[in-house]
Amino acid sequence: MPLLLDVRDLHTEFRTGAGLVRAVDGVSYTVDQGETVAIVGESGSGKSVSAMSILRLIPDPPGRITQGQILFAGRDLMRLSDDAMREVRGGEIGMVFQEPMTSLNPVLTIGRQITEAVEQHRGVDWATAQKRALELLALVGIADPARRLKQYPHQLSGGMRQRVMIAIALACDPKLIIADEPTTALDVTIQAQILELMKDLTRRLNVALIIITHNLGVVARYANRVNVMYAGRIVESGSAAAIYHRPRHPYTIALLRSVPRLDRPRQAKLDPVDGQPPDLTRLDGGCSFRPRCRFAVDACAHGRPPLEATDDAAHLAACFRSREIGGATGAAA
Amino acid sequence: MTVAEAPPLLEVRGLRMHFAVTEGILSGRTVGQVKAVDGVDFTIRRGETLGLVGESGCGKTTTGRCILRLETPTEGAIIYDGVDIAKLPRKDLLALRRRIQVIFQDPYSSLNPRMKVGDIIAEPMMVHGIERDAKRRDARVRELLSVCGLNPKFADRYPHEMSGGQRQRVGIARALALQPEFIVCDEAVSALDVSIQAQVVNLLEDLRERFGLTYLFIAHDLSVVRHLCQRVAVMYLGRIVELADGDELFDHPLHPYTQALLSAVPVPDPTVEATRNFRPAKGEIPSPINPPPGCVFHPRCPIAVENCKHARPELRELRPGHWVACSEVH
Ligand SMILES: Nc1ncnc2c1ncn2[C@@H]1O[C@H](COP(=O)(O)OP(=O)(O)OP(=O)(O)O)[C@@H](O)[C@H]1O
Ligand SMILES: Nc1ncnc2c1ncn2[C@@H]1O[C@H](COP(=O)(O)OP(=O)(O)OP(=O)(O)O)[C@@H](O)[C@H]1O
Ligand SMILES: [Mg+2]
Ligand SMILES: [Mg+2]
Repeated sequence: MPLLLDVRDLHTEFRTGAGLVRAVDGVSYTVDQGETVAIVGESGSGKSVSAMSILRLIPDPPGRITQGQILFAGRDLMRLSDDAMREVRGGEIGMVFQEPMTSLNPVLTIGRQITEAVEQHRGVDWATAQKRALELLALVGIADPARRLKQYPHQLSGGMRQRVMIAIALACDPKLIIADEPTTALDVTIQAQILELMKDLTRRLNVALIIITHNLGVVARYANRVNVMYAGRIVESGSAAAIYHRPRHPYTIALLRSVPRLDRPRQAKLDPVDGQPPDLTRLDGGCSFRPRCRFAVDACAHGRPPLEATDDAAHLAACFRSREIGGATGAAA
Repeated sequence: MTVAEAPPLLEVRGLRMHFAVTEGILSGRTVGQVKAVDGVDFTIRRGETLGLVGESGCGKTTTGRCILRLETPTEGAIIYDGVDIAKLPRKDLLALRRRIQVIFQDPYSSLNPRMKVGDIIAEPMMVHGIERDAKRRDARVRELLSVCGLNPKFADRYPHEMSGGQRQRVGIARALALQPEFIVCDEAVSALDVSIQAQVVNLLEDLRERFGLTYLFIAHDLSVVRHLCQRVAVMYLGRIVELADGDELFDHPLHPYTQALLSAVPVPDPTVEATRNFRPAKGEIPSPINPPPGCVFHPRCPIAVENCKHARPELRELRPGHWVACSEVH
């Protein structure tokens, strides 16, 4: 598949009372056309900020993208004018966020919000936009779309609101959708409906998807590739199968071991990741996972391990010991 | 004595909690009722953890609040250690609170931001007049902190100076301050990151073993429930639709709703996921103000027949200890 998005050495910082927060600290990854890439990692690891940086939606102040290139369909988004960037957002790149209630305008009808998106990016007349809105609502599985178009967001359930968000994201035939925790606020059965819908639509329409989630099950069910973030960096990247079955970074290994599983009988105790999440204002020159790492050696304090290919060229890990560790878990599993 | 032989510490029978829905701020005219809990029965044995699962609004929290007597139930009995506490007068509630405690979901909002952690943990002791001596109370606070895996120095910190996992431990330490027997854990680990969640889950298990605690564990994360609970009850629209031993329930779910719920949960293993046959439940959860007649699940149910629209199915024991409220499974 041809390359669609190429993020290179992205850095985003926030100036806060507690000091400079390096929220995204040298992130590089690619997304192919039509591909689903998941970004996982614990709270505060920089998942949302890295996605918002791609859309150039970082509030300045306190935030700033200090470095990096975002090559999207051949152009560097970092160099676009604000107007051109506004065209990209909601146009070629659609967005779906966690809480649809805060992303939707409470005083506008559903229909108005969809037609607005269509008119803004497509410059079509009202009647065409109206027709497109009806098509889109049907596409995302909303029954009785003509009636729903006249309703306001609060008259819809959480699941329906998220369907509307997806309809808006799809309004202008995007090449990429960025979905930040799109189903976290929803119930399990509704979450499953929405994820199936997103999978089905992205496949049918050949839209690439970056899905940010902390749910490792969702990743296993839907992602082609996975980027694991820790303290503002990608520490491991590979196919879902490689990440889950042959993890090479101690953080990924610990993360996978710490989750209880629905498909397994109760075991004695969970195996948590030791220690506390890092303080992003106090990162030093060493590996930021080192204080919690069971494999740490002296070298880990002196330099940051780069994200490098393991013995599999498509499977990258940022750990000095990833080769030995990979062997060890393979034997244990 | 094994858990299975122990007498029930808690027996809930025919519990109903209906809230009036009013219209107009001035008139306050009652226009309907939310049947938040609508006929719920279960028991919890001493030393056991019963999981209560189900989707948003199905009545889990309300059930917990009735047991804690933060609500006075509309109907039904809550027999705690031989005494019906459902209608216990207010003056007798203080004594009950020493024995039954609660840990809430949100470590951010359930702790007073202006109080130091040490004072937060000491507060229930002050209210109940135990450990009146300040030195001994301090010592007890420090002990509770360390039991919960926190440095005793945290006593001098404020909640906002701690991480989410640390704050949840403070909530647990406070719940333990009165040495309760029974704890309602309402989404106690839901707000935590997976890595930290595992630490707190292990802590809850350690405490149960160490102090012989009994838990009602309310959660929507079924994987955590499978790990932590001996028995599990599944709620839907104010009713229990299935109740069984944990491994039995998760490996052989019988109720169509439980089956839909379990199949909707993705497993963190792409190979397993690729082979799972997965059918998300159709439709949305109906409102508890106007629940469907008959079986409340029938509009979404793949095996519903005509009779399900009229007759409310009662819980029946289809296998030893495995109760199901569905007329179409046998
Ligand atoms: N507006 C802001 N001002 C200051 N710091 C910020 C701001 N937005 C984000 N940060 C910080 O940047 C870091 C990364 O945040 P981000 O929202 O990307 O995390 P995340 O991985 O999406 O976490 P979560 O899973 O909780 O959503 C955090 O330490 C956060 O506190
Ligand atoms: N004080 C109240 N007045 C009116 N309705 C209420 C009240 N408390 C709860 N309800 C309603 O009762 C139903 C059950 O709510 P409850 O909080 O018990 O659900 P839950 O299973 O805990 O859901 P969640 O998973 O979202 O926490 C909901 O429809 C809720 O809106
Ligand atoms: Mg985020
Ligand atoms: Mg609740």
